[in-house]
Amino acid sequence: MKWLISFFTSSLGRKLIMALTGLFLIIFLLIHLTGNSLLLLNDGGESFTGFVVFMEENPVIKISAYILYLGFIIHIIQGISVYLGNRKAKGGSYAVTTTANASIFSKYMFWFGMVILIFLIIHLGDFWLGLKVTHTFGNEELYHKLINKFHNPIYLIIYELGMIALFMHLRHGFQSAFQTLGLNDKKWTPIVKCLGNIYSIIVPLGFFIIPLYVYFVK
Amino acid sequence: MKLKLKIWRQNKKGAKGKFEIYEVVANEHMSFLEMLDVLNEQLVAEKKDPVAFEHDCREGICGTCGMVIDGRPHGLLQGTTTCQLHMRFFNDGDTIVIEPYRSKAFPIIKDLVVDRSPLDKIIQAGGFISINTGQPQDANAIPIEKDTSSKAMDAAACIGCGACVAACPNGAAMLFTSAKISHLGLLPQGAIETDRRTMRMVTQMDKEGFGSCSNIGACEVECPKEIKMTNIARMNRYYYKSSFFSEY
Repeated sequence: MKWLISFFTSSLGRKLIMALTGLFLIIFLLIHLTGNSLLLLNDGGESFTGFVVFMEENPVIKISAYILYLGFIIHIIQGISVYLGNRKAKGGSYAVTTTANASIFSKYMFWFGMVILIFLIIHLGDFWLGLKVTHTFGNEELYHKLINKFHNPIYLIIYELGMIALFMHLRHGFQSAFQTLGLNDKKWTPIVKCLGNIYSIIVPLGFFIIPLYVYFVK
Repeated sequence: MKLKLKIWRQNKKGAKGKFEIYEVVANEHMSFLEMLDVLNEQLVAEKKDPVAFEHDCREGICGTCGMVIDGRPHGLLQGTTTCQLHMRFFNDGDTIVIEPYRSKAFPIIKDLVVDRSPLDKIIQAGGFISINTGQPQDANAIPIEKDTSSKAMDAAACIGCGACVAACPNGAAMLFTSAKISHLGLLPQGAIETDRRTMRMVTQMDKEGFGSCSNIGACEVECPKEIKMTNIARMNRYYYKSSFFSEY
């Protein structure tokens, strides 16, 4: 038992937790985007509401929701704790900062994560809280609530900024997770990098376009 | 060429340091260290305290001459140490900022000199083969695939200069540790002890207060021996295996 604790508290073990929870959240985003994309259909929200009802009532998904919360919490807490540990290990900064040896995506990954966290809190407060906790609106009302929300330009801007941060975070996060898992070789790394680039552009772009569509068309 | 040098001066460990500005006349054929020698001769003649910096072989193989030049360990050139950096890469009238490595695990001893012994402690924890190898054997007695031996050789090129730690925004020593673990682990004589070695070296690395890798890659860019991050991925694999599937 002691070995397991020392594994998960070691620098490499903590990295592994970040990578695994990160990849789990990457899969979640795909499902989330699938649901959102139903908003693009011109059916008065019928398919979207059908999807919401399915997600809310299916027992398997109900249970996986708790695993998802756990994934988010671990990724966030561990990420902050690793960042603070690393800042302490760095000791101080240089008088001259250079961008020659690292991309902004990797260097500021933590800060993009923090922007996503702020977005997440606002986002959960708007939809998740009312739907799941306080029950101020039901599954069928979510569609109209959402349309109203995205017609508020301030909310729209906050949402879109969150999606830009998501792109920046995923741009490094996707491929970094595989490196942490130990996958870095001639055959697979180019494929992982390619998939990472496609994913980090397509998924945030999807989330980015849908609110704009709602704002201008619906 | 006339240069303005902004150099970090710090009297001793734990003391408060600050930048001081010096002017020096160098020529473009000098190495960076020779330029610093000129400055020090100047300072000695003026009865001032010369700038403390480390150096030894001055041909890029000892890894001693670590310092941060304009924000980059060993300066702007790729794949070279400070002693291999020549003044022809600078222009007349340039201001050059010279700082020591900054990492919590590497305390500053004086001016540009830092204590890099935590790297030695990582090696002492397991970066060796514990049997005597005896007399040289027939080269073909243990077959080793060429690509594998090349990978081991590339990892063994690490001179332990600590530039990876200095460059890392997280203060991590993973490029160093993984290079040492890889060059032994890839060869049959070293592979036998991989599980124990990996556990001990990673544990020691954490104990020394180094940070945790977030795959930024600055280490790989700044490494004077161009050690690759594939070694870090290998160390991760070894560590998962030794943690979950070995006795150590």
